[in-house]
Amino acid sequence: MATEPLPLQKTAAAAPEDAAGTDALVRFDRVVKRYGDHVVLDELDFSVRRGEHVTLIGPSGSGKTTILRLLMTLEKVSGGVIWVDGAPLSHVRTPDGGLKPAGEKHLREARKKIGMVFQQFNLFPNMKVLQNITEAPISVLGMDRDEAESRARELLDLVGLAGKIDAHPSQLSGGQQQRVAIARALAMRPEILLLDEVTSALDPELVAGVLDLLSDIARTTDITMLCVTHEMNFARDVSEKVLMFDAGRVVEAGPPEKIFTAPEHERTRDFLDAVL
Amino acid sequence: MSDFFSALSDNLPQLRSGLWVTLQATVLGSLLALLLSFVLGLMAISPMLAVRGVSRVVVEFFRGTSLYIQLFWLYYAMPPLTGYELTPLLCGVVAFGLNYGAYGSEVVRGAINSVPRAQHEAAVALNLTPVQRMRKVILPQAWVQMIPPFTNLLIQLLKCTPLLWLISAADLMTVIQQLRDRTGETLTAYLTLLAVYFVLAYALTLLMNLLERTAKRRLGLPTGAGSLLRTRSAVDAVATTAGGAR
Amino acid sequence: MNGFDWNAAGDVLPLVLRGFEVTLLATVLGTLVAAVLGLAVAVAGRAPSRFVTVPVRAVMEFIRSTPLLVQLVGAAAFFTSVEPLTIGIVVLGIHYAAYTSEVYRAGIDGVPKGQWEACRALSLSPRRTWQAVVLPQAVRKVLPALGNYAISMFKETPFLAVITVQEMVFEARRYGADHFAYTEAFTLAGLVFLVASYPTSLLMRKLEKRLGH
Repeated sequence: MATEPLPLQKTAAAAPEDAAGTDALVRFDRVVKRYGDHVVLDELDFSVRRGEHVTLIGPSGSGKTTILRLLMTLEKVSGGVIWVDGAPLSHVRTPDGGLKPAGEKHLREARKKIGMVFQQFNLFPNMKVLQNITEAPISVLGMDRDEAESRARELLDLVGLAGKIDAHPSQLSGGQQQRVAIARALAMRPEILLLDEVTSALDPELVAGVLDLLSDIARTTDITMLCVTHEMNFARDVSEKVLMFDAGRVVEAGPPEKIFTAPEHERTRDFLDAVL
Repeated sequence: MSDFFSALSDNLPQLRSGLWVTLQATVLGSLLALLLSFVLGLMAISPMLAVRGVSRVVVEFFRGTSLYIQLFWLYYAMPPLTGYELTPLLCGVVAFGLNYGAYGSEVVRGAINSVPRAQHEAAVALNLTPVQRMRKVILPQAWVQMIPPFTNLLIQLLKCTPLLWLISAADLMTVIQQLRDRTGETLTAYLTLLAVYFVLAYALTLLMNLLERTAKRRLGLPTGAGSLLRTRSAVDAVATTAGGAR
Repeated sequence: MNGFDWNAAGDVLPLVLRGFEVTLLATVLGTLVAAVLGLAVAVAGRAPSRFVTVPVRAVMEFIRSTPLLVQLVGAAAFFTSVEPLTIGIVVLGIHYAAYTSEVYRAGIDGVPKGQWEACRALSLSPRRTWQAVVLPQAVRKVLPALGNYAISMFKETPFLAVITVQEMVFEARRYGADHFAYTEAFTLAGLVFLVASYPTSLLMRKLEKRLGH
């Protein structure tokens, strides 16, 4: 794996068997998230198959971003279990078959499969573009510097920023920073990529470039994607499944053509009327 | 030329050795303070309550008791109590280091806390270990924020070095006062001493500004023309040394 | 090695506490001088003529950058006829005025430009502008900083012992020398400092939070 030139080749795609659970790469099992008295996720159940591209839509405050943050282990669940590839994400099995909250060691193991791109890019300002991309492969995956750098060059090529390798993040436009952030996440070869409103902080004219890049990645790789977005075009073009959230629950799920053309639920209709 | 200045030029070796003692105390004291700032500051953000507690107690103790008393305690009280005796210079270095290390730990803690939470989260998302997050992502960014308040503390520390005279350390102040006693030129003597300290303070500020500039450049931040010659912000000095700082 | 002598500690405590009164007096009066003089300097720093502002700033910078102890000892050696406590209070006050003036300056700079323009529009005299509009707004922001300087000054009052002001450390040192009981004397003096300054700084932190700093 480590010597493979491009991390992005499509391998034998997972068979599109039916969802019911055995085949799920990510499964939320009655997940609850509370902040004090405020319930953000209310016994949420849903699953995502391997290689699937899922878009989470819904009004703000409906808990979409929280789902990504829970998956990235940036937050802890208040109840329920998240399963990733058949293993509990934030829990470990106890000898008697139960589950208990996991420590840092387990979390680090669990995070290996998952990468995230943030709304505000969150590039490290103390590192140039190249080091932003190579830092984690070198210090987390133990890759040697030459290899990490040549992979970083390929990724920068892919995101169209080969010329910015020695730039400081502060010298880049928002769109460029976001593309570096995508390259940085891909450099860790995630199986699951979380995209948290990745175009919301961009100037309108920069949005298209980032969306095109993500469509490319969706088309040419078998990375499973979960996107929270307000870009309905993106949801339509990239994802096979759209989940409509409201008040911490999934109110409707289905392929984009169905959700966008014939929504069943009233909340979905209201939401789509408001954003389209 | 006044008597004082001719006495001064006749006694250059003493002057030089006095200056050397003062500089040694400043530099070594600052280095100890820097070390303690990081140790106590990192302890202060530990997830373990006991570690945070120890840091809190040490910091409040050394900020709350006067530097003057700490120095005298080391010089006068420690030998009869423990049987150990430090040289005057070492007393100064230890007292300055402990006192300003306590203030400095608040600088370190504050600077670390000022690094946006999102940076920490991005580091988690890339699966860096807690130590790597701190070393590669958080501290390099916090460091830039630390330099201006550290500059204030460094100057405050420099300004405390005449205390060495009181524990017979043969520092700059001791030498100048000897010359003053010999010539009787009180005003000239003390103004000269103040002027030397002013020059030292300015030189240290300049060095620290240079350091800040390099650190900023590394983050790709604007450095601002002429910022090298600007003096310290007295307003920030309140926060760093008054003990009322968070 | 002779350990800690509790009897000596008992003897020195009343002396230290007597000195503490002088320490407090010096702190309070010194802070007062710093508060008033600092304000005057800050206002002078806003004078229209550079012949006023440049020298004022230079002198303040010089005072800030040089050691309080040298200033104290120098002043005491030069003004031999003035009482040490007076010299101590004045020098402390001037030294800290160099800091407080900057705090006032920041406070004054923080008053929005529109406020000055409004005063112009109302044809208020410069005096009224300062008195009724600018200073009341500036001073409110300055108060917590002044409190913090008072605590700082309190911890530097032992310097006054050097010019023979009979404050707390002077008493401790004299007792220590007379009875060869430095350990007890300085330990107690240190504890008194801690007991006095820690709650005060907690109080200041609360005040700062309250005023939203």
